Amino acid sequence: MRAAVVVFPGSNCDHDTYYVLRDLLEIETDLLWYRETNLDRYDLIVLPGGFSYGDYLRAGAIARFAPVVQALPEYIAKQRGIVLGICNGFQILTEAGLLPGALTKNLTRSLSVNGEGQGEVGTGEVRFICKTVKLRVENNATPLTQLFEYGQIIELPIAHGEGRYLAPPETLESLKRNRQILLTYYGENPNGSMENIAAIMDETGTVFGMMPHPERNSEKIFGTGDGLKIFQALVRALYPSPLCSPLPRRGEGTGVRVKRQEL
Amino acid sequence: MKEFLVRVLIEPKPELLDPQGQAVERALVELGLRNLSGTRVGKLVKFKLKAISAGQARERVTEIAQKFLANPVIERFSVEVEEL
Repeated sequence: MRAAVVVFPGSNCDHDTYYVLRDLLEIETDLLWYRETNLDRYDLIVLPGGFSYGDYLRAGAIARFAPVVQALPEYIAKQRGIVLGICNGFQILTEAGLLPGALTKNLTRSLSVNGEGQGEVGTGEVRFICKTVKLRVENNATPLTQLFEYGQIIELPIAHGEGRYLAPPETLESLKRNRQILLTYYGENPNGSMENIAAIMDETGTVFGMMPHPERNSEKIFGTGDGLKIFQALVRALYPSPLCSPLPRRGEGTGVRVKRQEL
Repeated sequence: MKEFLVRVLIEPKPELLDPQGQAVERALVELGLRNLSGTRVGKLVKFKLKAISAGQARERVTEIAQKFLANPVIERFSVEVEEL
């Protein structure tokens, strides 16, 4: 298989993600300049974290018109592979309408509760949050989460100023109904996200967005190493080897449809 | 063609929480501005545009604002067009 990590002006987690895919998982991986539009050679496309276009206007608002993002709808429509947006990548995918909802400025309410922050205690603080959080696996029958147990608590770092997931009630309902909510913040909600949402997927089960950074916890020296399982899960979904068990299926005839490559 | 000054005012939807507005409001109160409520923080995008008419300028800007300048999930906007 071949993976691409897209490089926008202002991406800054591109090399970390590239390192995990290429060095830790030994996947053929390209750093893909944002002006590229030929995506057919890639089984996995990662939109990495960072501050594309300086987060001007809204995070992801300008990057969504970049040629590479404009080429994504066709890539997704023909179920060519998997698209994963991490942090700023998630913001770009929601701005592009490829994932539902929006990511808005953080609202921190935890300061007065756990006394952790240095800021003033108030009803809500707008701040950039950079720390490791606990997440609960809400659906483990997806290409992204298949290596976790249902209900498992994992740890990944977050680092964002605009990560408060927000969507109209009918969208939230359909996300819940279709089990598109994959990870939720556990214990405390760091940014005020609706339904504690940290990661979702689209209806096709091939487009994923997550605010936490799996690439920053992919080796034991950085913590639990839980992030590596996210990338391993994607690789397994795309490139099942005889040693791997089959991709788990979601119930009620809504199986995850991911194009698999032959060995 | 005439030239117009276009102002696009973008603000968070009224039914949504605006933490930025809340933070600014708290600071305003601390700085002594009393009897204050309902602070919302938005954006102003201003540019000059050549068009046949004010109506045409407004139509083009509205179309692109819906797609790009505002995010319809969280924001609403208004367009002002003034002939220069």
